[in-house]
Parts: sequence; C-alpha cells; structure tokens
Amino acid sequence: MGLFSTRRVKRVAPGRYRIALPGPERELLTTLVPQLRELLTTDDPSLNRLFPTAYADDPERDAGYHAMVRDELLEKRFHSLDVLERTVEGGEVDEETLASWMRALNDLRLVLGTRLDVSEDDDPMDIDPDDPLAPAWSIYHYLAALQSMIIDALSQEL
Amino acid sequence: MVGSPCAGGTAPAEIRPDVDEGSEVDTDTPWVAIVWNDPINLMSYVSYVFRKLFGYSQAKADELMLDVHEKGRAVVTNGPREKVELDVFRLHEHGLWATMEQQ
Repeated sequence: MGLFSTRRVKRVAPGRYRIALPGPERELLTTLVPQLRELLTTDDPSLNRLFPTAYADDPERDAGYHAMVRDELLEKRFHSLDVLERTVEGGEVDEETLASWMRALNDLRLVLGTRLDVSEDDDPMDIDPDDPLAPAWSIYHYLAALQSMIIDALSQEL
Repeated sequence: MVGSPCAGGTAPAEIRPDVDEGSEVDTDTPWVAIVWNDPINLMSYVSYVFRKLFGYSQAKADELMLDVHEKGRAVVTNGPREKVELDVFRLHEHGLWATMEQQ
C-alpha cells in the first residue's frame, strides 16, 4: 500500500470494510494510541472534551451524572483505542470495528485540538513551519483526513 | 465545527432551504438535549452521529448539524429526563459537546 494511495478505507460489501494504511501512518497511530491511553489515567485538562458537562446550569446533578457515567465513558474510550491498535495492520473489518476507529480518532483529535487550542479558522494549508507545534498540527489534520474517509465509508451504510 | 478536509465529505448543498428549524421538536416535553458548536468535530462526523444515534434522515441530520454550526447550538432530541440523559451520554460517547436542560 503506497503512501499516495487515496483509498485507505473502503466499503467492500454491506457491513464490511477494508482498511489499508501505509506503514508510516500505521506507525503514527501505534505511537499515538498508548499516549492517549496513558493520558486517560490522569486528570489532565486536555481531556475535558472527553468528559463534558451534561447539566450546565445544575452542578449538583452534573456531579451525579459524571459519577454515574465516567467509568463507562472511560471504558468505551479504552475499548476504541484497543480495537484500533489491534487492527491497525489493516484488512477486512466489520462496521463496529470501523466505528471504533472513528471514535478513537475523534478522541485523539479532541485531545490534540484542545492542546492546540484550535479555532474554526485554522487552515490545514496554512501551517507555519517555524511554529514548534507544526508537527502536532500536521498530525491533527492527518487524523481529520483519515477520520473523514472512515465517515464517508460508514455513511454508505446508513 | 470544521468542514471535512476531503472533497465531498459534506453535502450541505442538498439541504432544503425552506425547512423550519426545530419544527419536529415537541415543545411540550420537559427536557431537551442541546449540541453546541465546537471547532474540532468535523461537520460530516456530527451529521453522521445524528443519523446513527437518532435515526434521522440525511436531510434532517444535515439541517441540525448546520444549525449547530451556524447558530452555535441546536436541540437534537427531547423527552423525559432519563431518556434525554441517555441521549446526552451517547453524544458524549461520540465526543460531541452536548448538554441538557429543562424547557
């Protein structure tokens, strides 16, 4: 699978998809997943978007909500990361597996985007090479591109 | 919320311009789930999540997604508190910025 292949994710039959990432991209994901897994065991503020407020005007109820769902949200996030890691080599996968990829990539983007303090005006074509965060920006936009391909493939199922 | 970096990732052009915002939302029910605009989630992702979780048509999901994007927020479901709380949980599972409040 060459670096310039455009079909990294393809629906091959109803509910069946083929994932084929070039080596460097697999390596990148394999590097990122354990980092998020590790971060999830902390209370780092970059995780805020992964555990949002439900009751904005009722802190007491919100605390109750979080006490109830936090472990389950955490467990689901670990599960998505596990699935991505386990299937990163590619091949044919089912819809649930690809949906796990989609959520894991989104979680990575939410954390990275929070760290980068992104705004809607940030243009992927306008990365400043002198910015020390330029590599992180590139990764952020790569993850968005891959996630988009997955969304396109999954949307064909609906 | 940001556009997909892939060409053809979103299709806002297909949206009917005459659809009344929130017209299908029953205002008699006490709780609503609200999704807020954010700069990270992709527009195509938000629309996909609405379709997948709530069974909305492409047109309805895109309409709600564009409301979130352009107006800053949209009511996406309503009902009794327990039901809306579950909806919010599923939105949170997917990383969307959702809150709930009593109407």
